[in-house]
Amino acid sequence: MHITRGFTGRPRGDDPGLPPGQYDAGDDWPVLSAEVTPDLAPADWTFRIDGLVDEPRIWDWEEAHRLPPSAYEGAIHCVTSWSKFGVRFSGVSLDAFWDVVRPHGSATHAIAYSHTGYTTNLPLADLTGGRAWIAWEYDGRPLAPEHGGPARLLVPHLYFWKSAKWIAGLRVLDHDEPGFWERNGYHERGNPWEEQRYSGD
Amino acid sequence: MTETFVPPTRFAVPGRIAVNEQAASVWQTATLTEIRRETARAATYRFAVPGWRGHLPGQHLLLRLTAEDGYAAQRHYSIASAPDDSGHVELTLDHVEGGEVSGWFHTVARPGDQVEVRGPVSGFFAWPGDRPALLIGAGSGVVPLMSMVRHHRARNLAVPLRLLVSARSPEELIYAREFGPETTPVFTRSAPEGVAVGRMAAAHVAPLLAEQPSSGWEAYVCGSNSFAEHASRLLVTAGQPVDRIRIERFG
Ligand SMILES: Cc1cc2nc3c(=O)[nH]c(=O)nc-3n(C[C@H](O)[C@H](O)[C@H](O)COP(=O)(O)OP(=O)(O)OC[C@H]3O[C@@H](n4cnc5c(N)ncnc54)[C@H](O)[C@@H]3O)c2cc1C
Repeated sequence: MHITRGFTGRPRGDDPGLPPGQYDAGDDWPVLSAEVTPDLAPADWTFRIDGLVDEPRIWDWEEAHRLPPSAYEGAIHCVTSWSKFGVRFSGVSLDAFWDVVRPHGSATHAIAYSHTGYTTNLPLADLTGGRAWIAWEYDGRPLAPEHGGPARLLVPHLYFWKSAKWIAGLRVLDHDEPGFWERNGYHERGNPWEEQRYSGD
Repeated sequence: MTETFVPPTRFAVPGRIAVNEQAASVWQTATLTEIRRETARAATYRFAVPGWRGHLPGQHLLLRLTAEDGYAAQRHYSIASAPDDSGHVELTLDHVEGGEVSGWFHTVARPGDQVEVRGPVSGFFAWPGDRPALLIGAGSGVVPLMSMVRHHRARNLAVPLRLLVSARSPEELIYAREFGPETTPVFTRSAPEGVAVGRMAAAHVAPLLAEQPSSGWEAYVCGSNSFAEHASRLLVTAGQPVDRIRIERFG
């Protein structure tokens, strides 16, 4: 650590909800995708789970909406240092999808991929147990295209690049394989509470 | 890890560019050696970073300021300078109203001050100078693109390169003095006599796509999110393939 002359920073409370190195972006919701926002209608959206599962399956918009609804209310944390509190997403818990496809005992990781071809890898443990969703509403409204609409993956306990926008599917694997940002120097897991921003953190 | 999963949906994310990832995990001390004013709101900061392992044009770094009580603020900044072996890098910072880090730079920083940097990070937006490049930026979004223009010049590269840059006025155009025939400025609020005022439009993009080399352009778009959305839509409409558009959004 190296003290910067004359730098005091913003007045700060001891905010227990703020992971290390993060700041509260308030009402802002920055967009940081690296590709052109796709023009994807709900009718053209599909979500597929395959790989090491008993019953690989594809859901379309209608079918996915027939699963039991589930919501997340809380914080999200972006690796570029902003956090956003009190966000409300609704959709379906990933557990409802896992119940249908049934991962094999040997499965350890999954790669999430988008309709744009974006990819990100996650341990299965981060995608089960009520901690991950397929989300299509934000604050009671359809999720905006630039934020991943019609539907995105939501894994709010990890940095937000893991919450793949325009989610198209999960490939279940028995090993870890880096996704788009992970191949571009970002951390394999991305836990904000341990500040796992870049590989080697 | 040897395998690379290729999603069945793959159609719009451009491929990766190989970069050295080793440097990204170590914080290094950077000593401010020079401050150059660019516009009323933007200035360039030159740093000596003795351990700098080099970068490609378009990459950025992570910069950290630390207060006496240990509180630290870190932000991403694109590297403005072209890669060279001077042991220095340059950043250009907009003065954001109430900004914690850019505010310190614009009101407190002076040569001799030390900050910490880590990087370069992210190879996605890098341009190694290999393919024809069409660069589109607005405001401080021109910073990583300028590194590409400078690299193109410094190495006398033959590969075609064009820059379309938007600013509110000539006074707010960062690096105005340095641009050459490769650059077309677009002014949104006020312009010199005889130059149109208005938002970047299809009419600005069409001629550039018309003169594209036979292998096509690799497009690099940088700026605020609203600008990036607008400019990338103009490119797609003009026929630029989506998987050859790289976008860096400053949030
Ligand atoms: C990949 C990348 C590259 C970038 N490259 C550049 C570059 O080359 N040049 C450049 O100038 N910028 C660049 N940026 C933007 C840069 O990272 C910073 O976001 C920018 O400098 C603002 O930081 P700041 O600390 O000055 O402002 P912040 O303190 O982050 O404030 C930003 C805004 O939010 C408000 N705000 C935020 N938190 C609070 C709070 N707690 N209380 C009150 N108000 C608050 C501020 O008032 C202000 O309007 C880049 C960003 C990215 C992601």
